[in-house]
Amino acid sequence: MNRRESLKAIGLGTLSTGLIFGCKPSDKKAPETADGKTGAVPGREAYEVEREDKLKAEKFFDDHEMATITVLADIIIPKDAHSGSASDAKVPEFIEFIVKDIPSHKLPMRGGLKWLDMQCLNRYGNTFIKCSSSQKTEMLDQIAYPNKAKAEMAQGVAFFNRMRDLTASGFWSSEMGTKDIGYAGNSPNKWMGVPADVLKQYGMENVKI
Amino acid sequence: MEELQIKKSTETYDVVVVGSGAGGGMAGYVLANAGVKVLMLEAGAYFDPKTDSHQLKWAWESARRGAGTTRPFGDFDAAYGGWELEGEPYTQKDGTEFAWFRARMLGGRTNHWGRISLRMGPEDFKPKDGLTDPWPITYDELKPYYDKVDRMIGIYGTVENIESEPDGIFLPPPKPRLNELFIKQGATKAGVKVITGRGSVLTEALPNNKDRGACFYCGQCGRSCKVYGDFSASSCLVIPAVKTGNLKVITNAMVREVITNKDGVATGVSYVNKLDLQEYQVNAKTVILGASAGESARILLNSKSAAHPGGLANSSGVVGKYLHDSTGSGAGGFLPQLMDRKRYNEDGVGSVHIYSPWWLDNKKLNFPRGYHIEYGGGMHMPSYGFGGGIQDMNGAVPGRDGKKKDGGGYGAGLKDDYRRFYGTQVGMAGRGTAIARADNYCEIDPNGVVDKYGIPVLRFNYKWTNDEINQAKHMQETFEEILHNMGAIYGTMQGKDTNYGLEAPGKIIHEVGTVRMGDDPKKSALNKWCQAHDCKNLFVVDAAPFVQQGDKNATWTILALSMRTAEYILQERKKLNV
Repeated sequence: MNRRESLKAIGLGTLSTGLIFGCKPSDKKAPETADGKTGAVPGREAYEVEREDKLKAEKFFDDHEMATITVLADIIIPKDAHSGSASDAKVPEFIEFIVKDIPSHKLPMRGGLKWLDMQCLNRYGNTFIKCSSSQKTEMLDQIAYPNKAKAEMAQGVAFFNRMRDLTASGFWSSEMGTKDIGYAGNSPNKWMGVPADVLKQYGMENVKI
Repeated sequence: MEELQIKKSTETYDVVVVGSGAGGGMAGYVLANAGVKVLMLEAGAYFDPKTDSHQLKWAWESARRGAGTTRPFGDFDAAYGGWELEGEPYTQKDGTEFAWFRARMLGGRTNHWGRISLRMGPEDFKPKDGLTDPWPITYDELKPYYDKVDRMIGIYGTVENIESEPDGIFLPPPKPRLNELFIKQGATKAGVKVITGRGSVLTEALPNNKDRGACFYCGQCGRSCKVYGDFSASSCLVIPAVKTGNLKVITNAMVREVITNKDGVATGVSYVNKLDLQEYQVNAKTVILGASAGESARILLNSKSAAHPGGLANSSGVVGKYLHDSTGSGAGGFLPQLMDRKRYNEDGVGSVHIYSPWWLDNKKLNFPRGYHIEYGGGMHMPSYGFGGGIQDMNGAVPGRDGKKKDGGGYGAGLKDDYRRFYGTQVGMAGRGTAIARADNYCEIDPNGVVDKYGIPVLRFNYKWTNDEINQAKHMQETFEEILHNMGAIYGTMQGKDTNYGLEAPGKIIHEVGTVRMGDDPKKSALNKWCQAHDCKNLFVVDAAPFVQQGDKNATWTILALSMRTAEYILQERKKLNV
């Protein structure tokens, strides 16, 4: 099969987009298996499906924690001319899932949120989300720049680094974020090498492997 | 619960093959196509990339956005399994560390591997430094099989005429990506040769094969390919072998032992059906193990009988010994000159576009043998981990206004930084020769540990020596020079405290050598046809027979050796020897 035929075989040759893989029935039967049945989700082991359902049914963060995560995520990645905010891309929901999926995030996130609230209570008499905009900025400026943060802010720096990374993961891997960052792949094509104008831009026209 | 009993089949197959990966798959394919009646037992589930691959899914279609929580190489990776399997433990001796990756599925680890397909060279088979035992075969004896594998499976690359890196029969290679051109420049300046990669991906339709499609450049070989555009043993060997009508696969069949008669001849295997937990026995005239270097050694050591008191094929005592995995150490950074780069689709193929074969003379170095370097980087699909550690990047270069700022931050400026850094990253990883040593081994755990099927488990004993540590140090020094030459920004290189980033053995997933070949039955388990010295109708076709691995990834050699062994079995069957 050449490329055109192979794309046609999986339903991508003649239709523009949207054909979902796996809808095309297999043209051959699976050989006899010891169990005689197939998994409910193609390409997934049964334990993976069960585990994910279980995690989705659990709730880790309480309402106050989720509200704080939402405010922080939108401060880290706000709406701008190109795309929406972290919460527009459902980053808080992603963070709720990922800490259950990767439990090593749980304690540092819960403890970090608490640390932040305690700092704000001592400084401003309010939890973080109830602080004024300038108070929030003043607080975050203490922990958002690792190289200039004071030693006593180490816990806040560690928390904010984690919060920033989780927000970035959740935002840029969303449909909105992927479109914003300009990722142009994940679609059938013929790779012809670096475009000529790009080679020229970097003076790489004559570099050969 | 049903009363436990052993269900014995009355049928006798010509051949039973244990395992469906590169080795088992190739043996099954060759034999079934020659009309031999084959039964293949696979410990994992059925897997057909056409229906089971997660190819072309977007990160947001995964709740964990592609994170490697349940699958070590990410949520869309093809492998069912990993270094730890529920209910299937292994143990370590004296605090040593060996990580054992198992993919329990039709096609095994070939569904997710990097498709980097390198031949071992003449000196890999017959080393001139005297440090390790020679193979009982030469490169020239295996070359015709490498050639046949190239034609049958398909591989891209370029003819380079490097003696230690033998050329194959190549399809056109993918062109280099932008980052790779920078790597080429930086490496060349460091005296490191960079050549076109060699991968088992069909950059063009494979002549005379209507079942496999040509690559459409999604760069996702690790997910396995729905059009069979790359090599997986499932899509390219086992499924076509089933179509001949001569090969039957039983999945979820975990082999316990090889059964032998009072004369010590193999008569079949016993296995536990992982779903009904019943015991089964099947009969065969010939038994082929292709269960992986670790599992094949385990099966042999567990196959004790009056005729084979130390385990099957183990009168020499070498089974389990000489275990070795490739060395591995990596480094990375980003290229500030690529900030704000133009967006376009550079997914390319899912194997390497470029690599550096070993380029130095060891006589001047403090370690034997060598390593090759694999490179990566570029504008990938954003997924879990994307933008991580930005605080170490955005303070290192001037902002859009030309001024440096403090690393980290938040808000619109940070959001813009993620865009600016997209596609600037480069990474490199060394993969080197680890010396095969008798005192690096696996054995049946002497403390009686069993898996959930009651099968005694392996205990590993593996230590790196200064040979491997010095090699990793050399890798780090080379990487730093290349990164520096490219104008990359990078962190502190790995030092002595981490053994220069040297990964634990098993982490590179190239483990080989546990059932070694050799001419002397006192020092080896298999003869030069991968046939047991002690049991003429028993063969091993995975990476276990390797005497000493070069720095080259094992798969292409497994395929060539297995094809050679299968053809030998056909000849011997004609002579009625097996």
